[in-house]
Amino acid sequence: MLFKPTDSYAHDFEVHRDRDACIDCKVCVNQCSYGVHYWDENRKKVMHDSSQCVGCHRCEAMCPTDALRIRRRETEFKDNPLWNSKFIKYIYKQASTGGVLLTGMGCPTDIPVYWDRMLLDASQVTNPSIDPLREPMELDTFLGAKPNSLAFHKDENGKPVLDTKLTPQIKLKTPIMFAAMSFGAINFNLHVAMARAAKECGTCYNTGEGGLHPSLYEYGDHTIVQVASGRFGVHRDYLNAGVGIEIKVGQGAKPGIGGHLPGEKIDARVSETRMVPLGSDAISPAPHHDIYSIEDLHQLIFALKEASEYRVPVAVKIAAVHNVAAIASGIVRAGADIVTIDGMRGGTGAAPAMIRDNVGIPIELALAAVDQRLRDENIRHKASLIVGGGVRCSADVVKAIALGADAVNIGTAALLAVGCTLCGRCYTGKCPWGIATNDALLAKRQNPDVAAKKLANLVRAWSHEIMEMLGGMGLNSIESLRGNRDKLRAVGLSAEEMDTLGVKLAGR
Amino acid sequence: MKRVYIDRHFCIGCGLCELACLTVHSRSKDLAIAYTVERPQGLMSFKKVFRDGSMCASTGCRHCDEPACVEACIAGALTKDPATGRTVYDPEQCVGCMSCLMACPFGAISKSPLEDKIVKCDRCVELDMPACVQACPNRALMYEER
Repeated sequence: MLFKPTDSYAHDFEVHRDRDACIDCKVCVNQCSYGVHYWDENRKKVMHDSSQCVGCHRCEAMCPTDALRIRRRETEFKDNPLWNSKFIKYIYKQASTGGVLLTGMGCPTDIPVYWDRMLLDASQVTNPSIDPLREPMELDTFLGAKPNSLAFHKDENGKPVLDTKLTPQIKLKTPIMFAAMSFGAINFNLHVAMARAAKECGTCYNTGEGGLHPSLYEYGDHTIVQVASGRFGVHRDYLNAGVGIEIKVGQGAKPGIGGHLPGEKIDARVSETRMVPLGSDAISPAPHHDIYSIEDLHQLIFALKEASEYRVPVAVKIAAVHNVAAIASGIVRAGADIVTIDGMRGGTGAAPAMIRDNVGIPIELALAAVDQRLRDENIRHKASLIVGGGVRCSADVVKAIALGADAVNIGTAALLAVGCTLCGRCYTGKCPWGIATNDALLAKRQNPDVAAKKLANLVRAWSHEIMEMLGGMGLNSIESLRGNRDKLRAVGLSAEEMDTLGVKLAGR
Repeated sequence: MKRVYIDRHFCIGCGLCELACLTVHSRSKDLAIAYTVERPQGLMSFKKVFRDGSMCASTGCRHCDEPACVEACIAGALTKDPATGRTVYDPEQCVGCMSCLMACPFGAISKSPLEDKIVKCDRCVELDMPACVQACPNRALMYEER
């Protein structure tokens, strides 16, 4: 342990280099942004220092001779269910740094995944299933407040004319949107890619709280602009650039706390877009300093509606927390057209580990509770529900919609599509996959042409699968599934869990 | 005519194009042998990746429409093939005067480390898609008509 602290042995990963296969070509050296691999001039070969490895697998993916394997470090502490290695390492780390434990991406702890405890229905004999390849299948989704009723009159030719004035809607061709990930937290190339993919798939991406770069205004029809507590990049043109405005109150990965984009990530383009000085930290306060009540929220919602001339729906995004149903009810009553709920498994660029892993509730329960509460209060039609935070596949989307969601946000899944391996070191700004970094050399690793294609492929693939599942259930429209919990059955859940989810036990 | 183009904004400097070039132009067609055995014996990649801070770019012969190297060649070793658009090098004809090396404005021609001959991209005659383009993981190298 020469020149090293004694606790440096307790690292998570180990590089295994097959010396027969390794040709010392140095691709791993130039790809690792954490300095794990290096050229040893004395030995004349590539060497590595596993203690720096974050487990991102970039070297493994790029090694042309398949000589590298990243494995969990074999050093194991004595078995102890209470004091497992995670907490031992946390304590070692904090004892040497004295700081808050930072993490990135979503909560990896072993809380129940309710998606896996719910099963979907399919038609047999008495109600025919539908083949989506042969018959029309509708995934069109409209987000925004719906009227209480529709009034018509007949024109002179006897044709019906709608009298009810409809409120603005966001029209999506599929109920899958790209979640809010700010420009700054992820880089410009990925914002370009998300915008292009959203356009190609007829859906929307969300700017996140970092503003919208002027060159992306052309994708406005597929953009939801976000207003968060830091108000970064918020101005009149921005508010009118998209098809929706979202007030971000909370984030599933870190409910109750703000954000902190370190100055190192604020390059010229981020500075211009966020309207903050170059190199200065961009700090989002924990609360909106102008929202301390539902009445304050009402004022902000209508201030934004005024600013956008009532042209676009206004959404309010909250983290899924204990009284989420009551909060959502208040939000709808405050005038929001869309309520976005982010579950505790939602991702982040940086959050304290204690907050990420211990605060909030799973999205499945929050969604069921909110949908039920809004229905009980007869205000469900006054707002659409968007959920996110742990949607892993198209079946999760279908289950979310059956539980009452209008659409889902995918953030982590979208990043996985472009190479993310969930190493969780987004906060370092050194993402070797070129995602959570604004470093000019690293950010190049995301070519928007390649990334847009992958994102669009993912959404297209999921949409096809959703159609297959709908068809199997005998439904030909996503509207028929919305809030249709009869299409879900639970396995292995307690009576209280099934009651909260509003789902019957399988076999019932 | 299709050419290999580089988008320097997305070249990540990984060097896989150099390794691919080395492999397809080796005797063994095996990366490990090409790199560890044949390279010390004089095998060279026709591609070269330049890296300078956040800038990097993979460079090579552009197979120019009016190649300065062909004009400079005193031995008729470099010719322009009108059918394929390639600038073709015939080592049999080459006398090793290195006029082409000095004439090329892009530095795309290198001297062979072993003999008085040059080393230059053949745009992978036997492949539909040049090896460097196939190997590029970030689509920074493109083989297309422009």
